[in-house]
Amino acid sequence: MLRFDAITCARGGRVLFEGLSFALEPGGAALVTGPNGAGKSSLIRIAAGLLRPAAGTVDGDTPRALLSEAASLDEESPLAKALGFWARLDGRTQAVAGALEATALGDLADVPVRLLSTGQRRRAAFARVIAGGAPVWLLDEPANGLDSTALGLLEDAIARHRAGDGAVLVASHTPIRLPNARTITLRRESA
Amino acid sequence: MMGAFATLIARDIRRAWTGGGALLPVAFFLLVAILFPFAVGPDAALLARVGGGVLWAAALLAALIPVERLVAPDLASGVIDQLLVRGQSAAAIALAKLIAHWLSFAPPILLAALPAAALLDLPMTTLMRVEVGLLIGTPGLAALALAVGALTATLRGAGALAGLLILPLAIPLLIFGAGSLDGGTGALKLLAAVSLLLVAGAPFVAGAAIRTSLD
Repeated sequence: MLRFDAITCARGGRVLFEGLSFALEPGGAALVTGPNGAGKSSLIRIAAGLLRPAAGTVDGDTPRALLSEAASLDEESPLAKALGFWARLDGRTQAVAGALEATALGDLADVPVRLLSTGQRRRAAFARVIAGGAPVWLLDEPANGLDSTALGLLEDAIARHRAGDGAVLVASHTPIRLPNARTITLRRESA
Repeated sequence: MMGAFATLIARDIRRAWTGGGALLPVAFFLLVAILFPFAVGPDAALLARVGGGVLWAAALLAALIPVERLVAPDLASGVIDQLLVRGQSAAAIALAKLIAHWLSFAPPILLAALPAAALLDLPMTTLMRVEVGLLIGTPGLAALALAVGALTATLRGAGALAGLLILPLAIPLLIFGAGSLDGGTGALKLLAAVSLLLVAGAPFVAGAAIRTSLD
């Protein structure tokens, strides 16, 4: 579904990782770990097609959903409408209610996004990923700002996605439950 | 069911109006028209003679106001990332933004030109020429604002720099726009040509700028 072939990533003239190859199969998962600045976010952005690798190719034309640092939801809109904008683009407006339930945000559907807390905002961004219905999920630090209950919801949603033949690529510096996931460890090279 | 492109345009227009951002250029435009008679004195004949040019200069300055909110907020909030991941091209995103920006910028300015013309005591014929000229010229102004907004999106305090970039590029619009006030269609045709050129080029310039700012 997603395949890295000898990818090299350089940022600001510094090589972050070199010759990285792996593939994600339906139902598969990969966990990218490493210290701050090791290139975890860059790897996710390369997988999303937002960043060009210095060398190597990314294959796979399956639609991807990206969870990045920013929630990308319109601040002044109520949560359900902000999610509805993305759902309309994805042609899946009926999926919003289910995604709000899966992230325990059903009660906040009418609350403007700007009033949400850090953790709620993170869950809202994750609800956008769920509602999008893309087979490949690219999650950059999905556990940031989540309490243990919300982390459980996140892990359950990932498990359901994989059970439905979806694949996930997760970058995280905190432990996250991903059964049978391949681990990709990035090391910070000394400059 | 709206297409993705129409959804993008609708979102940008809604954001322009709900944020109050669409009203600021109009207020600015009217303020220039109000201040000008104070500066040159209440000489009706003089005001009527220079008033058309004043409205053009006011429209040009008003076009600078929204530059910072056209691309930068969406780049910072990751909205553009999300659109690109969904397979939208950067140029298509820029074109949607251009159309939305023109739709929320030009009609209010065209309307505000009516009270502004009254403040400057413009004759009806001049007012009509200003309106026709602005109708043709505002797409070019919107295109310039978008392209410069995208080019300066990742810079801090880009507003002043955006003004320095836009004003020289807008000189042809101003010359042909003000030139059309004498009557005749020659200047209008040149105005339309410049405006068309800017509209045709801006989505690609802005798209390339958006792509570059991702790295």
